[in-house]
Parts: sequence; C-alpha cells; structure tokens
Amino acid sequence: MADKVITIREALSAALREEMQRDERVFIMGEEVGVWGGTYAVTRGFIDEFGEKRVRDTPISEMVIAGAAVGAAMAGLRPIAEIMTINFAFLALDAIVNHAAKVRYMFNGQFTVPLVIRTTTGGGKQLGATHSHAPEVIFAHFPGLYVGVPGTAYDAKGMLKASIRDDNPVLFVEHSTMLQRRAAVPEDPDFVLPIGKSDVKRRGKDVTIVTYGKGLEWSMTAADTLSKDGIEAEIVDLRWLRPLDLEPVFESFKKTNRCVVVEESLPMFNIGAEVAAQIQQEMFDYMDAPVKRVSAMDIPLPYSREIELMALPSAEKVVAAVKELV
Amino acid sequence: MARQPNKETLLDWYRQMVLIRRFEERCAELYQQGLIGGFLHLYIGPEATGVGAVAALREQDHVITAYRDHGIALARGLDVNRVMAEMLGKRTGVSGGKGGSMHLADRDLHMWGGYGIVGGHLPLAAGIALAAKYQGKDEVVVALMGDGSTNIGYFHESLNLSAVWDLPVVWLVENNQYGMGTAVGRASGAVEIVNKANAYCCGADGHGMLQGPRVDGMDVMAVYDAISEAAEHARKYGPVLVESLTYRLEGHSMGDPQRYRTKEEVESFQTKGPIGRFRALLSDKYKGVESALDRIDEEALKAVDDAVEFAKNSPDPTYDDLVSHVYVD
Repeated sequence: MADKVITIREALSAALREEMQRDERVFIMGEEVGVWGGTYAVTRGFIDEFGEKRVRDTPISEMVIAGAAVGAAMAGLRPIAEIMTINFAFLALDAIVNHAAKVRYMFNGQFTVPLVIRTTTGGGKQLGATHSHAPEVIFAHFPGLYVGVPGTAYDAKGMLKASIRDDNPVLFVEHSTMLQRRAAVPEDPDFVLPIGKSDVKRRGKDVTIVTYGKGLEWSMTAADTLSKDGIEAEIVDLRWLRPLDLEPVFESFKKTNRCVVVEESLPMFNIGAEVAAQIQQEMFDYMDAPVKRVSAMDIPLPYSREIELMALPSAEKVVAAVKELV
Repeated sequence: MARQPNKETLLDWYRQMVLIRRFEERCAELYQQGLIGGFLHLYIGPEATGVGAVAALREQDHVITAYRDHGIALARGLDVNRVMAEMLGKRTGVSGGKGGSMHLADRDLHMWGGYGIVGGHLPLAAGIALAAKYQGKDEVVVALMGDGSTNIGYFHESLNLSAVWDLPVVWLVENNQYGMGTAVGRASGAVEIVNKANAYCCGADGHGMLQGPRVDGMDVMAVYDAISEAAEHARKYGPVLVESLTYRLEGHSMGDPQRYRTKEEVESFQTKGPIGRFRALLSDKYKGVESALDRIDEEALKAVDDAVEFAKNSPDPTYDDLVSHVYVD
C-alpha cells in the first residue's frame, strides 16, 4: 500500500480506527469522545461507526476515567482512555502512577495493563497558566509506564498503533498546536513503529540537537537557519521519554561533540537535565562544550500573546543556543 | 432470595472467621518480633463482613478491597501458607514478597488485590465490572472499602460512573466507625453513609437502586443475605451500595495509641464480637455441634502454625525478583 500525505489529526484517527477494526477488545472512553466527536475531532464519526459500547462518553471525572481504564485493562480489555488535556491528568496522577504503572509489579506479574491514555499537551494558545502545561516529563519519571510524544504524522500513526498493541500502559501525548501538520504516512494497516526508539530526523555534523514533540518543529526550523550560516545540525527526535533511547544521541555526539536539548518543559528536572547527565557520564571524552538546554522559562504561562511566546522556546532561541556552542 | 446455606456451609463460614482471627493474632505477634514489617492493618472485628460478603459470590465473580485485606484474601480462599509468606516478605508469598500486607491478590481466584491508596481501587472495580459487562459475562464485582474512603473523590466519581453505565458492582462500605482515628461523624457530612448512594441513585436505564441496606456487619448471616440480594440486583440492573456496620477491635495499624476512643467502648464491642455470636447461633441451631466447633478452633490454630512454619522456611526474593514484572517483556 502507498503512503498518503495526511495531518497528525488524521493519522491519529486512522490509527485508532484501524486498531478498533482489528481488535474487538479495543475501545475508547473519555470526555466528549463520542457524540461531540472528540474535542480535537480525532474521534469524529467513531460513535456512529463503532457504537456507544466502544466509544464511551464519560462524565468529567479524570480520576475514574484513568482508574476504570486500568481496571478494564487488568480484566482483559484494551482501553484507550482520553484525558482531554494533560493539564487534567494531574487529577488522575494517582491512578496513572500508583495503579497503571504499578499493579503489575506490586502483585508480582499477576496483572497486565494493556492501556493507552491519550492526551494533548503544550502552551502557546493563550489559555493561561493552568491550561498550558507540557509536563510529560513528570510521567516519564515512573517505571512501569511508557511515555510517547510524536512530532510528525508518520510517528503519530506508527507510535499510537504500537501503543495500542503493546501490553504495557502507555501515556500517549499529542501536541495540541501540531494537529494540522502534514506528512506522508503509510496506509498499510500493519504499519507500526517500535516502542522506545529515537529517530534521527536530520543529518548534520556540527551539533546534536536532542528534542521531541513540538521541540522538533522549532529545531527543524532552526536547523534551516543555521544551515545558511554553514552550521549543520543533526536532530535526534526522542519520540519516547520512556523507554528513553539515547544510543542515537551518543552516536551523534561522537561526531559533533556538542549538544543542545530542546523541549517545551520547564527548565528544572527536565529531559535536558537527564540527557546532559547521561552525556557527561557516557561521553565525557567526547565533550567539547557543556550541554545546553532550551526550554520554557521558569514561570507559569501568562495569557497575553506576546509575553506567552516570550516564555516559550522558539526556533530563534534554538539558533542562539547553538551559536553559543559552535 | 439468597441461597439458603446448609450446616456444612455455616460451619465453613465459622471456620473462615476463626482462621482469620487466629491468623491476625499471629500476625500481631510476628510484627512485634520484627518478622513482619511496614504497616499491618488487622481484620479483627469485621470478620463477619468479609466472610459473609465473599460467601455471597460465585466463582466467576470478583473481589477487590483496600489495605485491610488479609481477611478478604483468606475468605476468598487464598492459600493461608502463601498469604503468611507474603506477610513475611517471602518469595512464595501470593505477591512474591513484593506486595506485602496491603497488596494481596490472586488472579485465578478473582481476588484483584488489596490497595494501599484510600479509594484508589474503586475506579479499578468499576473497570473490572465494565470488562465483565462489555464481554457479556454474567459476573459481579464486590468492592469493599472503609468508611473513610467515602469522603474521597474516587468514591464519588466511581459511584457516579457505575450508575451512568449500569455497572455490575456492589459497593460494600465496611463502616468500622473510624477512618484511622477520626470518627465517621467528624469526617462525613452524611452520618449514615448509605445515604451517600442516594446522590447517584438513578442509573441511565432507570433501574438504579444504588442505595442498598445498612446491615449489621457483626452478623455473618445478615451480611450474606444483603450481599446476595445486592449482587443479584447488580447483575440484572446495576450498582448497589451496602453499608455494613462493624467495628475494628484493634488499632488502625500496629502502634496505634487509640486516643480517639475509650477502653469501655472497645470492650462493649468485644462482647458483641462476630465469632462468639455466630458460635452461639450455631450451638443453638445444631444440637451437639460444639465438638465440631472445637475441632475447627484447633484446626485453625494448627493451620496458622503450619503457615508460619511454611513462611519461615521459604526463601527470600532474589535480585531477579526485584527487577522482574516492571513491564511485560
């Protein structure tokens, strides 16, 4: 089957539809997933196609959305629970961290939790401090859970399908401002991407940019600008914060000896901190400069357009960070 | 109508209650000796609630509970040796020594575990019930919880969802009068907890009967009848909440100074204890049953002795156990 250029939104829809057609145990539950068609229109038409049994509108109750999905997964179904935005996942933190991630271990492997929790992340939409978080790194702290954050339509489809087929719980994080981005995506219903594999999105020799999610977009734009100045950046898209695959980062670093980590997280205790620590541990002999980090500023996000953008990363900030290194 | 238990069944309930009591007493000793670590929440006092509730279920039904779970595990038929081994953190324990006192489970017996986060298991119960209903299985989930958990968000979200989706769940509140050291009346707006179910009472299909009875939780027969009826309703129509009035005769956990209640209060409940009461009922009902009951008492003691031996002689978990089952490989 051929590839087709589609949006991230369409890629997500296709992944969900194909997996629901493939496996009766797969169902969707969450706020506004059914009659409304999904707040980001990812599940539009699903309730007509699959019925109310498999496309289940819930009350606004994040604790029980996540918790009931864990129970249903333990009991043999393959739920896809939607938490409308990751800001609301804080309400479900206990169900995700203490139960989705731990029941398998705590009961010595008696239970399996084949669960996907889909949610959206990110700021930049003038939604104010409580609706603009990009805190996926918090969830990546905990063993027992996988955390995936696609940055392209191709990855969105392949990673979501892999998540649904996997027997482990996955927090699947989609960026709310990137749903219209397009890419060529395989139509093959068996197209899946491996869980926990980073991907080199751009080849270069001068600096390694490590990123994921929306950071990929800022980094790609920055790389085009840098290229005009004769600086070729290699971009490693982590795609998964857990399992975290830094092998391609290390391989790249051996060549570039410089690294910038680009992410939308807050600056403290973020992925940049982890990558910097591992690079100094594994790649000390290859280091020509300290690892630099580009992230959001260490403040809650404000409403007003100009100052909100000021607080977020940007391609310009990535360019500036790279130029400090090379 | 509940199936009417025959003599053999009633003696088995007596056996379970005595086994739980002896098991818990021994656990307290082992805790003092340092052989059991962490928290230890004894099921001394509420035995009739656990035994009566589990007795009302069929093999294919499901049980899930909070951290005061030893009694429920034993009532559901988990192997007493392996439960004791879990207490001692041994490799042969029901959770491989990785769960401990608060996390006893047996997938094959549909005992979905004890859970340490207050209310955290309630949405899981809803999910297990959803799976049963989704797959067209004629199964019901009994979710036990303490009175304290009825004040947490999980309780309200889970009851509400179960009503909206007509899930086959019996929500069984073991009201032992205190959430840790805080009396129900000091923690709950509704003093009769069963009234809380009223708020979620009409399921989407109009069959909702969420508010079930308030039963005497020290009477194993009353609990059995109430849960049998509730389970029947849950299978046919949807969720029911039953409040069982019980009492914990020991502290919340080991080392509880119990400043929140008087000695006299505890003593007044000791005389109403579920085991003595049930024994009196059996003696009255079946002439000459005492020798059989005495034999059950002795066998329970021996079963616990044997369990301690088994546990002590079991190996500790290894490094491989430490790192296994974080993920499905």
